[in-house]
Amino acid sequence: MDDILTWLEHPGLTHFLLLSVLLFSMGLYAILTRKNAIMVLMGIELMLNASGINFIAFGRYSTGTFDGQVITVFVIILAAAEAAIALAIVLNIYQTFNTVNVDEINKLKD
Amino acid sequence: MSPDTLLQLAVAILLLPLLNFVVLVFFSKRLPRQGDWLATGVLFVVLLMSIVVLATKLGTYHDETLQRSFPWVDFGNVPGFGPLTLQLGIMVDNIAAIMMVVVAIVSSFVHLFSIDYMRGDVRYGRYFAYLGVFTFSMLGIVITNNFFMMYVSWELVGLSSYLLIGHWFEKKSASDAANKAFIVNRIGDVGMFIGIMILYATFHTLSFDPIFAAIGAGQIPMGSEAWLTAAGILVFCGAVGKSAQFPLHVWLPDAMEGPTPVSALIHAATMVAAGVYLVTRTFAMMTADALVVIAHVGAITAFIAATIAVTQNDIKKVLAYSTVSQLGYMVMGLGAGAYTAGFFHLSTHAMFKAGLFLGSGSVIHAMHHALHHANDHHTDAQDIRNMGGLRAKMPVTFWTFLIYTLAISGVPLTSGFLSKDELLAGTLAFGELTGHMLIPILAFGVAGMTAFYMFRLVILTFLGEHKDPHRFDAVHESPWTMTVPLTGFAILSFFAVFTGTFNPFSAEGWFTDAVQRPASVVPAAVAAAGNEVFGEALHHAHGTAMILSLIIAGTGILLAFVTYYWRKINADAIAEKVKPLYTFLLNKWYFDELYDATAVKGTLALTRAYAWFDATVIDGIVNGTARWTLGVTTGTRNTWEEGNFGAIAYSIAAGMASVYAGWLLASGLAPAEPSLGAIIQYGLLGIGAAGLSFFLFYVGVGGFDNKIVDGLVNLVASLAGFFGIVSRRLQTGRIQTYLALALLGVMVFFLWFRG
Amino acid sequence: MDLATVIFYVFVLITLGSAAVVVVSRNIVRAAFALLFTLFGVAAMYAFLMADFLAVTQLLVYVGGILVLLIFGVMLTNRQISVDIKTGTVQTWLAALIVAALGGTLAGIVWSTQWNILSQPPAETAGAPKIGEMFLGSYLLPFEIASAVLLVALIGAALIARRERTS
Repeated sequence: MDDILTWLEHPGLTHFLLLSVLLFSMGLYAILTRKNAIMVLMGIELMLNASGINFIAFGRYSTGTFDGQVITVFVIILAAAEAAIALAIVLNIYQTFNTVNVDEINKLKD
Repeated sequence: MSPDTLLQLAVAILLLPLLNFVVLVFFSKRLPRQGDWLATGVLFVVLLMSIVVLATKLGTYHDETLQRSFPWVDFGNVPGFGPLTLQLGIMVDNIAAIMMVVVAIVSSFVHLFSIDYMRGDVRYGRYFAYLGVFTFSMLGIVITNNFFMMYVSWELVGLSSYLLIGHWFEKKSASDAANKAFIVNRIGDVGMFIGIMILYATFHTLSFDPIFAAIGAGQIPMGSEAWLTAAGILVFCGAVGKSAQFPLHVWLPDAMEGPTPVSALIHAATMVAAGVYLVTRTFAMMTADALVVIAHVGAITAFIAATIAVTQNDIKKVLAYSTVSQLGYMVMGLGAGAYTAGFFHLSTHAMFKAGLFLGSGSVIHAMHHALHHANDHHTDAQDIRNMGGLRAKMPVTFWTFLIYTLAISGVPLTSGFLSKDELLAGTLAFGELTGHMLIPILAFGVAGMTAFYMFRLVILTFLGEHKDPHRFDAVHESPWTMTVPLTGFAILSFFAVFTGTFNPFSAEGWFTDAVQRPASVVPAAVAAAGNEVFGEALHHAHGTAMILSLIIAGTGILLAFVTYYWRKINADAIAEKVKPLYTFLLNKWYFDELYDATAVKGTLALTRAYAWFDATVIDGIVNGTARWTLGVTTGTRNTWEEGNFGAIAYSIAAGMASVYAGWLLASGLAPAEPSLGAIIQYGLLGIGAAGLSFFLFYVGVGGFDNKIVDGLVNLVASLAGFFGIVSRRLQTGRIQTYLALALLGVMVFFLWFRG
Repeated sequence: MDLATVIFYVFVLITLGSAAVVVVSRNIVRAAFALLFTLFGVAAMYAFLMADFLAVTQLLVYVGGILVLLIFGVMLTNRQISVDIKTGTVQTWLAALIVAALGGTLAGIVWSTQWNILSQPPAETAGAPKIGEMFLGSYLLPFEIASAVLLVALIGAALIARRERTS
């Protein structure tokens, strides 16, 4: 019990890693359960954020270098690109199929 | 030039043709003339650069091997295997530099030749794109320093060969030929893959030098020389496929369905030589046994192909079998230990064989034109019986073709004479050293046949009278884009190009200085004759070989003239006299039929057997189970009172339970390590207990509640139904379900690797 | 427990709580706004990890860019904006089970692994100059490629989302 209390009092690497695990799981849950493509995208954003926390936490506590931060910048860049492309695709799909429900989109061509 | 610059140049040479491919495959429709000028121009730049590399390599770094590697993937310390790193790298040694120039020359000339040959083709741009990817992958084979890149390029070469053979895929025969080439090559590649894996499992690296160093230090696969021999022969299997060696030679003649320049580039000069190149690369690790196998495979191939070539009438088929035969020659030479001669013959052969194919392309082009002009769509433009007398109309093609033919026949003043002579001397030395006299005998026999069938081809095509004067008038010499490469190859067929000296009877020169046989690294007990011993024997054999080869080549040529030019011997009459043999040869030793009857039919029969097994046994079990379950459940519900199905089900259940109880009892009571007597004793006890229990079940059937049996059976049924519903719901067609299942797989991996 | 730790936990709660809202809310607009708080919380985490530059970038790019983009997407793809914009869920229980199992496994790994932790945390320096140097140094090629990717994404998004002209 005391172990846990001391652990709680001193935030360190494992705190951030666990937080990242939780965020990642939630994002995954959103992807698995949501029908709306935009909600799926939000889930992906949560997972990307979780990975960012992981990178920076290891950079701070484990390696002491800035590589983790640089990688996170790349993650953010790719997230931005991904969001733009994905939303464009969603809009296009919406114009074509009149729905953004990922289960109903099952044709490559109409 | 520093070594680094040289290597960078080599990388540039490697990548430029890939650039061709990328640009042409996407943009050829938008480029003027579909980009042929770009592809050809780039290839000539590549040629120039590769000549620079060769000159620098031979001038400045003559005896060094320049190479650079970098770790490509590093898996760290893999449990159960050890360190696992894949190195990529390039290497420029003398043979790589020479081979690079050979590939660049043939490829650039073929590009130039194709401009007019392929003019107006439906997929003109794509054709040049494929030539680009082929050149890239061929150069990849040449300048790599590890088996990994070698294998990747090897497969890429196979792919581009497939694409180019099937260039006119609307034609059924072309697409069939492409498939055949691909599949037959795959058979050899599987062997090569297994060989590479044996090496990798032993040495944990795929780079040539560390492997050879490890073998030299006494480390061999599984600690046994037999495995080293096996690894060598398996790697050689790849060469058997690519270089069309017996028994996988059947694809190469069919591959002539592709455009003729492609035949010149891929199926005569470069790709098929890749197998020979592979053997030269791995020569140091070949044991004496492996080399004997290689020599025999080569000799048999050379002989079979030469006998077939004598009877063929299609100009490209003759050349194709001649290629197979000459490749067999090279492989035989390498197997015999004549390393320099094998590689020498590869280089000289690449020049004159590419020339021969381009020459035949020029002839076919002209014939096509003439036939088209005459509105004749039935006559075969490739059949030499429809030709004749073309010398007057196509002087450049004729004279160059004659030079190539002299070269391949081994007439002095040509490069072919020197390389062939070296090879024959090598086989003679091998025969004397090891007693395998079959090799030199076949080698000299093939030399005679080569001279004969090649001159038969020249006489029937270019000399004599043309059958159809009307058609003959329409035949014209090909344009300059086609004659320039022909002239180029003719110049490269002279001896001085490869020696740099002016003695037409000695191969000594820059080439033989540059290509020295590497010292074998295999344990001395299983190594072939060393360089000194072999060199000594070679020296002795040289004079004999030269005289013999001259006599035999002369006889072959003379025989060809007597038979087909002066017609003193009636070839048809002889063919009639030995009709069974003639038919046998005309039908290519019935290899295709043999493979069709065994491999193809066998595979089909096996698939049919599988289909039958699936439909009858597997489905039978599944349907039977379903029927049985249905029967038991409905039976229990409807006819329990009559005791039919229910009683049976109950008996089975009771029997199984009794046997289990008996086994439990016996195994529980028996001692840990029972003697035979104890086993029998306790076994009988168990059987007795099972019997008793079964009897009790039957006695107790009266008191057994209907509902329990009924309930059990229904439970089974509903369980089956439940699992059916569950497994049906797994296949929802929803993407998220599949994602969930994939995650389960990820979890399994997590748990697996945590343990 | 000192004040910094308390604040840390407050932000952890904000992050996780709003993330939970994102995940379970049936109202998609509400989910989008909850995501705003999650992203804020993550930015705060970056700040706690002494990644000041990243925290600001997170706010600028995620909150300022991506979230706005998402909300635009919500607005553009729902027919009636006045009606509650709800979104259905599928196979909740199965998904919860799988996610719990995966999360549990990951958490177990995090908990039981002996992480290599620096005995002396690095000195707190401003991150931006360091990151800038690395971008133009050892990460130059990825940096250039990333800029190309962004450009391609920009053009591609415009091209894909454009209504096809009826020709």
